[in-house]
Amino acid sequence: MDAILFFLFAAIAVVSAINVVVQRHPISSALSLVGVMGSLAVLYLLLGAEFIAAAQMIVYAGAIMVLFVFVIMLLNAGAEKSPRKGWILTAVAMPLLVLFLGMVSYIIQRGFPNAPLVVFGQFTGGSPKDVGMALFTRYLLPFEITSVLILIAIIGAVVLARKEME
Amino acid sequence: MPPIPLPTAVPLTYYLILSAILFALGVAGFLFRKSLITVFMSIELMLNAVNLTFVTFSYQHKQVDGHLFTFFVMVVAAAEAAVGLAIILTVFKNRGTLAVDEIDSLKL
Repeated sequence: MDAILFFLFAAIAVVSAINVVVQRHPISSALSLVGVMGSLAVLYLLLGAEFIAAAQMIVYAGAIMVLFVFVIMLLNAGAEKSPRKGWILTAVAMPLLVLFLGMVSYIIQRGFPNAPLVVFGQFTGGSPKDVGMALFTRYLLPFEITSVLILIAIIGAVVLARKEME
Repeated sequence: MPPIPLPTAVPLTYYLILSAILFALGVAGFLFRKSLITVFMSIELMLNAVNLTFVTFSYQHKQVDGHLFTFFVMVVAAAEAAVGLAIILTVFKNRGTLAVDEIDSLKL
């Protein structure tokens, strides 16, 4: 069951990611990206990260992608006219990408010769309680700095996007 | 002939390889796409791939620290999306285009 779920959602993630790259229209890319994020949330659940899976759906697939779609609609961004690079570069780059992925996979398999199997339910330390305990004890300072970062981001976004005053 | 046993679980390395595939696709989108918004979405794809690696290693070490790093990456990505999209809005307002090869004021 774990293997079926993994292969199903890994396939959805890879196909959606390829769709993000090859689609001409930004809206199609954005909706494919939502597919990637949703299937990654399922994989997080398989790895025992309940809180992160929920946060992935709410923050990434919810908030951030709505922001993207909103800006695409606001700018009325149409389909791209033509690819920036010629077909020769694409023909050279695609085999290189496959070669790179093959090398990375080989290195990963060599680096972890007897990697443990991922079994759902074997690691249960990812509940909101555990994450919250770690967040408010060991990681308290980064958490507080994060709040300052968000405040700065809010002010920056407002300053950048407001109308120019005479 | 005995039935072929279906695999019940996958090794940890498959998750890492999936993460590498998603990251490479993000890099490809970053380099090949023309629209500023799509380039930005490719960056989000790369961030997601790294998050999967963090959660996978968190599973291997049976510790929650990787989840916290993923949490912080999500927060930074949200802040980055807000500021980045505001910058894209301003660029479009000033230049009237979203194509990255036409926004070349800094070129010598």
